[in-house]
Amino acid sequence: MKFGVVVFPGSNCDADCYHVIDKVLGEPVEYLWHGHDDLKNIDCIILPGGFSYGDYLRTGAIARFSPVMDKVIEFGKNGGLILGICNGFQILTESGLLPGALIRNPSLRFQCYNTNLLVENVNTPFTNAYTPKQIIQIPIAHGEGSFVADPQTLERLEKEEQIVFRYCNAAGETTPEANPNGSLHNIAGIINDKGNILGMMPHPERCAEDILGSVDGQHLFKSLVNWFQQGGGRR
Amino acid sequence: MKEGLWQEMGLSDQEYARIQEILGREPNEVELGVFSVMWSEHCSYKNSKNVLRSFPTQGPRVIQGPGENAGVVDIGDGQAVVFKIESHNHPSAIEPYQGAATGVGGIIRDIFTMGARPIALLNSLRFGSLQSKKSRFIFSGVVAGIAGYGNCIGIPTVGGEVYFHPSYEDNCLVNAMCIGIIDQKHIAKGIAAGPGNPVMVVGAKTGRDGIHGATFASEELNESSEDRRPAVQVGDPFMEKLLLEACLELIKTGYVVGMQDMGAAGLTSSSVEMAARADTGIEMDVALVPRRETGMTPYEILLSESQERMLVVPHLGKEQEVQDIFAKWGLEAVVIGKVTDDGYMTFKEDGVVVGRIPAKALTDMCPMYSPEAVEPAYLARAQEYDLSTLPELDDYSQILLSLLGSPTIASKEWVYQQYDYMVGVNTVVGPGSDAAVLRIKGTNKGIAATTDCNSRYVYLDPYRGGQIAVAEAARNLVCSGAEPLAVTDCLNFGNPEKPEIFWQFKEAVAGMADACRELETPVTGGNVSLYNETKGEAVYPTPVVGMVGLIEDLTQVTTIGWKEAGDIIIQLGQTKDELGGSSYLSHIHGLEAGRPPEINMQLEKLVQATTLQLIKEGLVASAHDCAEGGLAIALAECCFAGGMGAEVTLTDSMRASSILFSESQSRIIISTPKAKLDIVLNKLNEGQIPYKVLGNAGGEELSMAGSGWKVRLGLDTLEEKYRRAIPCIMNS
Repeated sequence: MKFGVVVFPGSNCDADCYHVIDKVLGEPVEYLWHGHDDLKNIDCIILPGGFSYGDYLRTGAIARFSPVMDKVIEFGKNGGLILGICNGFQILTESGLLPGALIRNPSLRFQCYNTNLLVENVNTPFTNAYTPKQIIQIPIAHGEGSFVADPQTLERLEKEEQIVFRYCNAAGETTPEANPNGSLHNIAGIINDKGNILGMMPHPERCAEDILGSVDGQHLFKSLVNWFQQGGGRR
Repeated sequence: MKEGLWQEMGLSDQEYARIQEILGREPNEVELGVFSVMWSEHCSYKNSKNVLRSFPTQGPRVIQGPGENAGVVDIGDGQAVVFKIESHNHPSAIEPYQGAATGVGGIIRDIFTMGARPIALLNSLRFGSLQSKKSRFIFSGVVAGIAGYGNCIGIPTVGGEVYFHPSYEDNCLVNAMCIGIIDQKHIAKGIAAGPGNPVMVVGAKTGRDGIHGATFASEELNESSEDRRPAVQVGDPFMEKLLLEACLELIKTGYVVGMQDMGAAGLTSSSVEMAARADTGIEMDVALVPRRETGMTPYEILLSESQERMLVVPHLGKEQEVQDIFAKWGLEAVVIGKVTDDGYMTFKEDGVVVGRIPAKALTDMCPMYSPEAVEPAYLARAQEYDLSTLPELDDYSQILLSLLGSPTIASKEWVYQQYDYMVGVNTVVGPGSDAAVLRIKGTNKGIAATTDCNSRYVYLDPYRGGQIAVAEAARNLVCSGAEPLAVTDCLNFGNPEKPEIFWQFKEAVAGMADACRELETPVTGGNVSLYNETKGEAVYPTPVVGMVGLIEDLTQVTTIGWKEAGDIIIQLGQTKDELGGSSYLSHIHGLEAGRPPEINMQLEKLVQATTLQLIKEGLVASAHDCAEGGLAIALAECCFAGGMGAEVTLTDSMRASSILFSESQSRIIISTPKAKLDIVLNKLNEGQIPYKVLGNAGGEELSMAGSGWKVRLGLDTLEEKYRRAIPCIMNS
């Protein structure tokens, strides 16, 4: 399975994602330069974390107009697998591939620490290696990760099981205290209605190796490989 | 020359006369400006250099010692670690966010200038008491600035230290350290070699910001310092991220002869230093420098400290290739001149010479001073204070809680959770431990790093305080499982023209130098920040030690928290009745007096070597240095990190306050599984290490008992105090 990691000016988790796919999963991976529009025949696109274009104007707002994004949008609309992490999630909402928006944390501070996540939907290309309602630990690192959407969108996300990860406490309860950034419905990650595009604020690439203390995030990447090996069909 | 202009620029009458003598004529205004920044303390070290010579700078692993943009130390396998610490105190005191942010940006450039990819940042911070609104403002601004820059550029901020003390009320200290990894074959230097080679400015455009920043850094702060805000630069971490990637890509091509970042004194210092190191000259036309403002004079272009710029000397004929790489990253690279063989800095504007000075006149010929040093009057008084008559307050539980809630000891989560400490996926041990640990990808090795300085000790005994700063840094590395390698230092002191201040400086450096020799950790560079005074009041002398260590095998990484209930807790080293300079004395009794704890370097070496040996043999479950707040605080921290309590018996025959809170040196708290206890004790006996078996880990309480006294507190209660202290103050 061939992965492509998009590099925008200011991406800074691109090398981390590349490392995990190359060294931990052992799958082929290429960088996709923002200024090119060649997707190099890849099977899954990763939009990595960072501060694309310095996050100036608004997070993800400028990256969305990069030449590569036209191809990314087309790829996604054709059912191609796209994983947006942190800034990548922000770019996905800015480009309309995912609903909602990510706004400033209510604390007005950047926050970096481990969060507990409840895996709400394991029937996706991204989460099939987890067990239903599994509680996993994946770190966050963002200043603008508060997920908001209008009530109709939230209702649809709930009904269609598009909410994949929710912030929870150690017991798996999705309490306000366990919500690090005021995201509505404790949302940490969602998929699109077709199920081929996932956006999430936490960073699975940061917990994919034992030496870093946890492999909870590795299973997300393994899910993608599983999915692909089993035919990579749509949900 | 207008009478008094040189004084305004920070030069003395004698220095002005010397300039006339060197040039054989009056300097013009441009030349005078160039002299004034190059001869400022910040660039020339004119007051401190003679003292700094006492540092050991050689060692079998040292590849690059002081004098370059950063130190370089061999870590085997053809790789090296590149590291340096630098201050940005005055800008941060005036404009906390931008001051701190550009401090981070500057130290990062020092690392990638050498060709290394930066992998970690640390910072050593000092603020006034958090009771003061101004200190809270500066503290939160500095932390946000560090976060804003480091997070955006994508280099993890993995460790450091934060102290609060009234002496820093108006003059905070912001020392930033950066660490990079490099293949030795790619090491670049700041040299303008090869006459005829082009000189290029790359990165951001030049504006009027930060003019005379180096001079500003070399004077005391006062009421009018607020007006110096234009001397504070503004950072753009996004621009620097592009510059970083472009420079590293460029270095790999082999087109680069030399490269240097434009830090203090901007284009002037970078070009002068590159020429002086290579025994060449540089001829450049300031009209060719890309500017973001119109109407800038040669003087302003030469002295601007606009951020995110570098000076590059590539091989002749490779200009286009350099430009192509920078263009890919959306950056400009412009030829502004060439290397010459005449040893002169020739500054032109549109082809007309506006200044011409021998390069070495600006560096090697700067007058050096050995200021007068006199022991300060306060010292004997403070040291002679009789601590034996100190009233013994016997509510030890309350004292422990109070110390845990004091901002200097309390958890710094509020700070480091604002930093992205994980980006790069190398952080094996992050903030909150004795030292941070980063793995080196593709190997089984790791780098450990720490910064340390207890300035109260240095204030009360500069020599001993200097020794302890070095010893404690090494001890922290050892506790993480690392062998200490080398030091970068940031020497923050008051006005060196005052004999009492210069005495503190000399004594502290002597103590550090001796300790570095003993522990075989040479100094590979650093920074001197003098004139840290406001309205005539100096900060506590604060010589910060940044130290890096090597972990040969990542399975040996050790952390401070207890691992298994039932593990046996052992104290290496000895507790003595030493409350002088302690946190207990300061926080509980309101006294900053006595002598700081003694340090015996032989014992220190022995304790460190033995701890490291025990770790390497897999006999240690946890290890923690015993520092501020003494044994009681160290044990509490092991409990918090391990998520379990401890029960210990403390049998020393001295007052309980000393047993619990004395800050005796050379002590390490380790824990080990019961099954390994005999082997550990045998080794300690063999090595003639003083030790005490204190008790065992486990339970949900910290229980400490001695003869006739007992402290027993729930972990919840202790931790609440420890974790909530700073958030409570900052959110109120």
